[in-house]
Amino acid sequence: MTACTTAPKIDRTAFQTAKPASILVLPPVNDAPDVNATPSVLSHATYPLAEAGYYVTPVTLVTETFRQNGMAIPSDIHDVPYTKLREIFGADAALYIKVNRYGTSYMVISSAAVVQVQAQLIDLKTGQELWKGQASASSEEGGNSGGGLAGMLITAVIKQVINSTTDASHGVAGVATSRLLAAGRPNGVLYGPRSPLYGKD
Amino acid sequence: MQSMASFTRTTQLALLLAIFALTGCATQKTLYAWNDYSPQVYQYLKEGGGSADGQVLALEKGIEQASAQNAKLPPGYYAHLGLLYLNTGHSDQAIAAWNREKELFPESAQYIDYLMNNMKKNGS
Repeated sequence: MTACTTAPKIDRTAFQTAKPASILVLPPVNDAPDVNATPSVLSHATYPLAEAGYYVTPVTLVTETFRQNGMAIPSDIHDVPYTKLREIFGADAALYIKVNRYGTSYMVISSAAVVQVQAQLIDLKTGQELWKGQASASSEEGGNSGGGLAGMLITAVIKQVINSTTDASHGVAGVATSRLLAAGRPNGVLYGPRSPLYGKD
Repeated sequence: MQSMASFTRTTQLALLLAIFALTGCATQKTLYAWNDYSPQVYQYLKEGGGSADGQVLALEKGIEQASAQNAKLPPGYYAHLGLLYLNTGHSDQAIAAWNREKELFPESAQYIDYLMNNMKKNGS
């Protein structure tokens, strides 16, 4: 829980100055063995960013555009020069997500589903880094979170997702991605122009 | 279908609650009516397209629901619908949907124009 830790404040001055209105979310690079990690995290990324007040470039069309240009591998896509991305997609910034953990395969003792993600927001006009962050979520968290009501809610929420689907990691990925990209958190993404809270954080 | 629908609702509720729990503030209304959008996108990405007809129906239903609630649809919604129309051979509807995306979100203009130019070039 971010609310429980006192992480050092990161510098978001460049982010505040750049004032991006639209974000191109690139297909996430996946370091986990489960091939669903990329589509799962990509499908969850629009929600927190759009609710934060940004225009988010449609992720399915973006994926198709890269595919039609012979690029299906996320790490290749992440290597495309930012000037080229700006030229095609017209977005103010691009989000480079990496999935470090997704699923259960690396766990030995517990069968918990764990998702760990990190992201970097790059200004497509200058190539400058505007923000970076990381987050994780687990199907087994909550017992020792000490997060009070918030912790209990998260626990209940995760159990509910797990109980309603066999695609457990996908549900956990939704929580991790929201933690990573929702605005209004310490060191989180700033609110964008379409949010009533824009400029107030 | 029933289990898919309940999975969808549960996931959305989960995300809403997760955000609420994270921010720890009073609940605020979401900016957009998400309906089935994210699960449809997941299905599309996971299956490399999936069953376009079923997804078109789900998204068209979402438009009716949002309009009944007087709610806005999220960024990308009409753009994705346009892609589905294109994949099912309905180019005119695809163009209409992409124009709607541009109208609702002028931020999308450059990319949508790029897509429409490509479409013309490919003669589809």
